[in-house]
Order: sequence, then structure tokens, then C-alpha cells
Amino acid sequence: MCAMRPEPDHEPGASSPGQLDRPDYPSPHEQGWKAVLTPEEIRRALSRIAHEILERTHGGEGIVLLGIPTRGVYLARRLAARIGEFEGAPAPVGSLDVTMHRDDLRLRPARPLQRTEVPPDGVDGKTVVLVDDVLFSGRTVRAALDALNDLGRPRSVQLAVLVDRGHRELPIRADYVGKNLPTAHREAVRVLLAESDGEDSVLLGERDQ
Amino acid sequence: MNRHLISAGDLSREDAVLILDTAAELASVADRPIKKLPTLRGRTVVNLFYEDSTRTRTSFEAAAKRLSADVINFSAKGSSVAKGESLKDTALTLEAMGSDAIVIRHPASGAPRRLTDWTSGRVINAGDGTHEHPTQALLDAFTIRQRLVGPDQRGKALDGIRVTIVGDVLHSRVARSNVLLLDTLGAEVTVVAPPTLMPWAIESWPCKASYDFDAELRKTDVVMMLRVQQERMSAAFFPTVREYRRRYGLDTGRMALLPEHAIVMHPGPMNRGVEIAAEVADSPRSTIVAQVANGVTVRMAVLYLMLGGAADGAA
Repeated sequence: MCAMRPEPDHEPGASSPGQLDRPDYPSPHEQGWKAVLTPEEIRRALSRIAHEILERTHGGEGIVLLGIPTRGVYLARRLAARIGEFEGAPAPVGSLDVTMHRDDLRLRPARPLQRTEVPPDGVDGKTVVLVDDVLFSGRTVRAALDALNDLGRPRSVQLAVLVDRGHRELPIRADYVGKNLPTAHREAVRVLLAESDGEDSVLLGERDQ
Repeated sequence: MNRHLISAGDLSREDAVLILDTAAELASVADRPIKKLPTLRGRTVVNLFYEDSTRTRTSFEAAAKRLSADVINFSAKGSSVAKGESLKDTALTLEAMGSDAIVIRHPASGAPRRLTDWTSGRVINAGDGTHEHPTQALLDAFTIRQRLVGPDQRGKALDGIRVTIVGDVLHSRVARSNVLLLDTLGAEVTVVAPPTLMPWAIESWPCKASYDFDAELRKTDVVMMLRVQQERMSAAFFPTVREYRRRYGLDTGRMALLPEHAIVMHPGPMNRGVEIAAEVADSPRSTIVAQVANGVTVRMAVLYLMLGGAADGAA
């Protein structure tokens, strides 16, 4: 163990834990990668999602934003800050590690765990908005629903993603989508965020074999 | 990580820090309404105990159950071992029952290593004779990091922390595992024991050695007291308990000499009034109860990292 293998991004059943600390995370401007969202477009998409969340939850009453590590957490924090700008009070935000609930654990060596941090008021009776960077197979979200189930009983659960790239393998859909991105199965989507990668960008390229 | 966990010396610094980080994340499970994770569903962990143990066996059992593994407890008393079954035959029996991991405690040093030849599953050493007890060392390192490294401990080792291990080093598997692991993690370890309880080849251990407890007290961050293991002592190693206590016991007077932030550890079970005074064991500086709680999370981390991934393990 411990040669933690870099994970291909957003393959079926894979999300992106642990990329933050990985020095070999590919440079955003490597050949063969095409930018599909600019920093400006990401900013606008997040503002729109924040507005939509407020609209659908009647001013954000009783909401808790839970980001799925790694990049979902940064997106959740940005959304919470955005909601704060619009409504005066930032939304409670946390993180939810889904590693222990994944259905593909047995397919690779054990992975390091990421942080789960639930705001002090918990999730019972709240409207939990799960936040992730890319929605692909839906397996990460299924794992997140299971993980959430062990933390308490929210009144409802919604899903916000920056990119929906299709190819669902489970009956799961997002409530808030930054951009619907039609992709081929062999393609890969990479989300870069200033917090972890030094810049904001969404890239589309061939999955490396 | 390695296929088996036999010696704390087998762990690289990266492995050890990964285990501590994993344990830190798992610690929060104990505070949740549902103290269970589905990760090891369908895996079987056998606790194979040839020696008495409450703490370690129940700790491994709780850890495996919190990860949803099936647990089979096998103690030598009341089993076919009492009828003369060999370790090998017991291992083959457990193998045939489909165990994925065997947690073994055995009075003979080296028994867990031998067991790895007879089982296809993982082997975790839960204490073998006077050799090693690696998960105890891991939980001690976790406790030290928790108390002395501060809130943002992820990814951090124990560089520069001074640890003094005191007492029956000769018979102590806890001491040996701790010296190896703490050295790997960058701590500065000193062992203190009466000459009769100091191992012969102590120069070859990655630590300093001293016979003078009082001289070490003022310059240490951690004091780890070892149990006087009367059951392993075949000869008279010190004249009287009173004399041992006077020179190597930790009482309130000695505790007062420690630096302000220093902590007092004991792997348990304690002989109150022998190696540690009751007032010291119950003081806020003592981490003895925390060590037990941390034992469960650290063992969860070990079981998860060894059994949670692909069956062939190594990447």
C-alpha cells in the first residue's frame, strides 16, 4: 500500500479525493485539454446556483451545505459565502467524506480518508445541499446519501454540481447544475479551483490510459 | 502498507502518518448517532488470543465491529488448543472458515510471523511474547500527537518530541514497538530501566538509555510508564517492590519535576502503587483513559487500511 495511485478523474465510480496533496496532478494547460468553463463563467454559475438555492429553499431557511472532498468542499464554501452576500448571513457549511461508503473500495488499495465536518447544529431536520464538482456515474452521490444517513435525518437532501457530464449509472439527478456538459465516455473532465490548483477552470480531455 | 502488521519497525514514516491521519478522521465516528461504517461488510476478522487480554481483544473487536466486519473470538482456553492443537492446525482451521485477517496474541515471540506462512489472509500482531505490540505503539503515537502536536495534526509526525520510556524494558513488547515507531516518526526516545531490566543489546536500539530516572524527568515531553511484568519474570530483577518504586516509580514528587506541558502515559494494565502512584494515574496529565479510547480508532484505521481496499493489497 501507500503508493497511492493517482486517480483518473470522474471515471464511473470514482470521485476525486486526495488530489489536493498530489504533486503529479497534471498541469491544466497540458496538451489535449480544452477549457470548457472560464473563471468568469464558473463565478457566474456559482452565483446563479446560490440564487436558485435561495429561491427553492425560501431564502435558505434551515439549509446546510455539505461539500464532497476535495473540490466539492471549496465549491460549498464559495456557495455559502455567496449566499451570505445575498442574504446577509452565510449558510452553514461543512464537508462529507464518502470514502468509507463507496461501492468500489475493493477495486483498489485502501484510500486515505478525507475530513467530515458537520456544522454544530447537525443535519437533523435540515435541508442538506450536497455539493460536488462533477456529476458523472452518480455513485459518489449514492455513497454520500449513505454517509449522510449515518449522520442524522435531514428533512430533505438536494444536490448541486458545477458540471453534469452525463453517463449516469444510478437513478440520481442534480437539483442545481452549473453547466451541462455533453461528453463521450472515454473523455475526462477536470475541475481546477484556485483553492487547490491555483486557478479556476474546467477542462475536457481524453482520459489517460 | 505491508501485507501484515508484525513489527512497528516494518512501517515506513508515510505508512505510520497515514494510519494516524486515518485514525484522526475515524475518531469522529465515536461521536455520531450511528457508530458504524459499512466498509468491511462481508469481511471476517478472527481474534486469536493465546494470552489473557481484556483491553486489546475488546478494542480490536469494537474496531472491527464498527467497520461492520464479522468477528470471531478465539481464545486458547476452552478451545482445541487445550487439547494440544498446534498453531499451524488452528491456522489452517481458521483459514478453512474463510478468515480475511487474524489478530493474534501469543506468548511466544515470533508466533505471528510464523503464522503468516500458514494463512492467505492478513496477520496483525496483537502482542507476541516479549517481542512487539505494534498497534499499542500506534495508539501511543496517536495519543502523543493528539496532545502535543496541536489541532492541525494532519500529515504531521512527532519530530523533536522527547519521550522517556520507563520500567521493565527487558520484558516489554510495548517498549520495543514504541522505540521503533517513535524513532520512525522523528521523536527522541530515551529508555530508563534498572540495569537488570535493561535489554542486553540496547545500544543497537534507535534510542538513548539511562539508569537515572530523575535526570531525565526535567527534559522530557512524554513519560511512558511500563508495567512491571511479574508473570514474565523468572528471576529476581530487583530486591523489593519498595526499592523499585523508590527509584523508578512515578509519584507526585517526580511528576512535579516534569515540564508544564508533559504528559504521563501507561499502556495498562497498571500496578497502582508500584510503577505509578494512584494520584498520578488519575491526574489530568495522565492520558491513560484517552489511550484506551484511541486504541479503538487506531485499530479501526489499521483494519481499514489493511482490509478496506483490493484483496491483493499492495498497489
